[in-house]
Amino acid sequence: MSDMSLNSRPASGLLGSALRSPSFMIGFLLTLLFVLAAVISFFWVPYDVTVLNIPNKLKAPSLEHWFGTDIFGRDIFSMIMVGARVSIAVALVAVGIGIVAGVPLGLLAAARHGSLLDEVIMRGNDLVFAFPALLIAIMITAVFGPGAINAIIAIGIFNIPVFARLARGAALSLWTRDYVLAARVAGKGQARISAEHILPNILNLLIVQGTIQFSLGILAEAGLAFVGLGTQPPLPSWGRMLAEHQTLYALAPQTVIFPGLAIVLTVLGLNLMGDGLRDIFDPRLRRAR
Amino acid sequence: MQSHIRTFAIAGVLAVSTALTPAAFAADTEVTLGAQLEPPNLDPTGGAAAAIDEVTYSNVFEGLTRFTSDGSVVPGLAESWEISDDGKVYTFKLREGVKFHDGSDFTAEDVKFSLDRINAEESTNAQKALYADIESVEVVDPSTVKVTLSKPNGSILFNLAWGDAVIVAPETAATNATNPVGTGAFKFDDWVEGDHIDLVKNPDYWGEPAKLEKVTFKFISDPNAAFAAVMAGDVDSFMPFPAPENLAQFEADPRFNVVVGSTEGETILSTNNKQPPFDNPKVREALAHAIDRSAIIDGAMFGYGTPIGTHFAPHNPAYVDLTSQSDYDPEMAKKLLAEAGFADGFTTTLKLPPPSYARRGGEIIAAQLRDVGIETEISNLEWAQWLEQVFKGKDYGLTIVSHTEPMDIGIYARPDYYFQYDSPEFQKIMEDLNNTTDPAKRTELLQAAQKKIADDYVNGYLFQLANTGVVNAKLKGIWPNRPTQANDMTSVYWED
Amino acid sequence: MLPFLARRIGSLALSLIAASIVIFLVIEVVPGDPASFMLGLNAAPDTVAALRDSLGLDAPAFVRYWEWITGMFRGEFGTSYTYKVPVGNLIADRVWVSLPLTIYALTLSTLIAFPVGVLAAARRNSPTDVSIMGVTQLGIAVPNFWFAMLLQLVFAGILRWFSAGGFPGWDAGFWAGMKAMTLPAVALALPQASILARVMRSSLLDTLGEDFIRTARAKGLSRRQALWRHAIRNALIPVLTIIGLQFSFLLAGAIIIERIFYFPGMGSLIFQAITQRDLIVVKSAVMLLVFAVILVTFLVDVTYAIADPRLRRARS
Repeated sequence: MSDMSLNSRPASGLLGSALRSPSFMIGFLLTLLFVLAAVISFFWVPYDVTVLNIPNKLKAPSLEHWFGTDIFGRDIFSMIMVGARVSIAVALVAVGIGIVAGVPLGLLAAARHGSLLDEVIMRGNDLVFAFPALLIAIMITAVFGPGAINAIIAIGIFNIPVFARLARGAALSLWTRDYVLAARVAGKGQARISAEHILPNILNLLIVQGTIQFSLGILAEAGLAFVGLGTQPPLPSWGRMLAEHQTLYALAPQTVIFPGLAIVLTVLGLNLMGDGLRDIFDPRLRRAR
Repeated sequence: MQSHIRTFAIAGVLAVSTALTPAAFAADTEVTLGAQLEPPNLDPTGGAAAAIDEVTYSNVFEGLTRFTSDGSVVPGLAESWEISDDGKVYTFKLREGVKFHDGSDFTAEDVKFSLDRINAEESTNAQKALYADIESVEVVDPSTVKVTLSKPNGSILFNLAWGDAVIVAPETAATNATNPVGTGAFKFDDWVEGDHIDLVKNPDYWGEPAKLEKVTFKFISDPNAAFAAVMAGDVDSFMPFPAPENLAQFEADPRFNVVVGSTEGETILSTNNKQPPFDNPKVREALAHAIDRSAIIDGAMFGYGTPIGTHFAPHNPAYVDLTSQSDYDPEMAKKLLAEAGFADGFTTTLKLPPPSYARRGGEIIAAQLRDVGIETEISNLEWAQWLEQVFKGKDYGLTIVSHTEPMDIGIYARPDYYFQYDSPEFQKIMEDLNNTTDPAKRTELLQAAQKKIADDYVNGYLFQLANTGVVNAKLKGIWPNRPTQANDMTSVYWED
Repeated sequence: MLPFLARRIGSLALSLIAASIVIFLVIEVVPGDPASFMLGLNAAPDTVAALRDSLGLDAPAFVRYWEWITGMFRGEFGTSYTYKVPVGNLIADRVWVSLPLTIYALTLSTLIAFPVGVLAAARRNSPTDVSIMGVTQLGIAVPNFWFAMLLQLVFAGILRWFSAGGFPGWDAGFWAGMKAMTLPAVALALPQASILARVMRSSLLDTLGEDFIRTARAKGLSRRQALWRHAIRNALIPVLTIIGLQFSFLLAGAIIIERIFYFPGMGSLIFQAITQRDLIVVKSAVMLLVFAVILVTFLVDVTYAIADPRLRRARS
């Protein structure tokens, strides 16, 4: 397997170029920060986020409460830590749905290129894309009720065509490669070729796209939570924190600035990491850029 | 009514600051009101949406009787009436010289048409039950109508004051939804769906003409947008204002007056009386003691609201203060739960409709219930889901809702109502009330009813919703109270 | 070309039918009854039944589907349950507001993204490029509803330069309408401009690396001349594709922004109709949006195929 145009570097060089890529390093550190916050929140948070302390509401940031307190007197710093859990979990599972359902569809379409099946899969993709995503999410919650699971489903559905298209496009170019032709001549079936020869070679692309979809998922979850369709209280969520304190922009800015920053920094981190990864995996692109 | 006029001293500053706002460019005979909900249509006789009455009540449509700002019932299109000794026949003398907005005359025929229409089989009137006792409506002469009841009903004059019983003309009844034609001091002018509705002065009004030439209702559902719209001067008044936390900022601004009045909204923690464990009165009693009303009023409403101990408006003369019967006492609540066999608590559902009193109040109540061992699963529903699951399906343990209909304690006499309280004793009190016209006797019965539901701990009684809002300091005549869902603009004017 | 077109039109028709069935089925299973929503807390069951009957809600599903589809072909969308006006008029009013808003936002984003993208490409790897790329990353990462509320607070609440939201209607005059659209358009344009600037830059750099540019450089054109004369024109194709995608996204995807600015567009019409269970509005409005997107995709495909015969084979 020498002909790996999509992965033209030996693995040992990857780490080196990762360390030299500032956008990857910044992105990676930002992402790590929020993943750590989420993980730590399972064991320890400064204050219990389910306990209300109304006399202590809307306090400005201080030594006791680094990010101040919210409308019910809860510690905003603790809420952001626990909220990271929700954001990351929702976006991660949604990306997972996209990959698990989308990639096989894309590989199948590529393997049967030009067939009716290919056409049906691709038109199905177009169809999903044609539906306004947020409206579908709203309809899903109208049918099944609001909650994290339904937010995941709504975001996940729209990830499927993204990965299906990507996998099909990348796989198509690989099907004409010599080593694939050789495998065909050797009598390997389409499914086996897809799994053994195609999939490993599009993995890099999938990782890069996965990072980007992850960041989009976090934004989407925040948007859904903002209109009240995400996780339900008492579990905090960044988007719902913004929604619940939207009237307090002027009165208690800490209640909207910190959750907003959490979203911005996480999305920024993931995007930078995705960009960095793309450069690392494909140095030709870096030259072009 | 916390805030008063305090703007005279700083009138100079005021003149400068309002000159910059767009609303100030309009002549001083126009007013823009902010409202959270857009009415689905403008026919108050064909839907329950409060937003319909908020635009049309008393402005466009009038009934035989009407509410005033303090909630009393006064003559409307009926100038006067006589009640027969058996309390079953009401003879209404109608006002003369009244014209509909399309120029046609208002006569006894219109009254008969409107009332018959409510009770017709294919009627889609949302409050049909209020008028079920009307047996027949008879035209005596063009300005006299005789209404005969099947049995005495002491509330009928009150019920006729509701927006659902306004008088419409047969020719226009079918199109009132989009082009309302009434007898009021304002005429419908224009509706840009999703944005605003314009009413203009009716020059041929029978009574005292409106002081304003034009009233615009602007629909802003988002609380943050409502705040920005008031600050930007896009609207002259926003009653009720959706975010109590912003009122302090308005109060600090000399351009505005903050108005605090009363509403008919009893905000309650409705409890599914047929769903275990709430079928056990001990559990409901425990619930009542587990709730800290002052924390809810403070945390969810920023202090606006009056605690209640029963389903009755505190500003009503017949009100009995029963709050001490359900004082906040978590230890007592735990003890009662243990007696009921739930020493380890239990888990139930808490389904919350969209208003912020419910969403915020719900989070606070969930935390308070957790303290006595009751776990709640919160789900935030939109109204349609709430109606389907809670109101119709009765698939809930607890919910929070403000019952804004005036004098609605009678809902406790309906065993199929969503909280499923079935007490023959209470139903008897209500029946007696309907058969009584003597005011002193009625007060007595109403008080007995209040006590009965408090003793049975039917629901958790939280607070009476306050009518809080913000009004341009120069705008006078806005109703401080909300005896019904109305924005009566007939006597509103700009002060120079 | 003809067989390609025939196939493409065939699949377009099939897509539309599939979309209509999906929409219809989803509407069928949405719980909640428009009649009980309209009548509220005190309504008696027989009153609700009377209203259901008058709204025609009790016909069999197939009959209602057929009437819906044939009605749309005749241009009849039925009457809104709650507003009681023809659905077609409701939608037309909103399109008249949403479409200009979308165009406004796209124009803004293109006007910003173009020069910024070209600048970044021309000064590749310079501090200018690095900071532009950093700002665009930020532009993508900021949730637009958060940004929108900030705009509203600053420009309406504090500075009072603009109304906090709403739309006075085109009757109030062209400039009044444009003014009312400005804050929402800016909020919508920010992330789109960031994405577009990045695409513009990378697409330009790709073209700059291609042979014909090298040839042009070899013929003595300076880098800047090569950029202006050849690269920009060729880099436009991916940029236009993105603009096309953004167009359909903005047309339907502005719900949150519309809510914040209480702006009467398509998104808020559908959102409100869903909450009021005015399903007759929901299905036709969603169908229209889906139709618009499918049609745009179709036109883009056909245009590409005309421009590049190789794609005809690859895509068909």
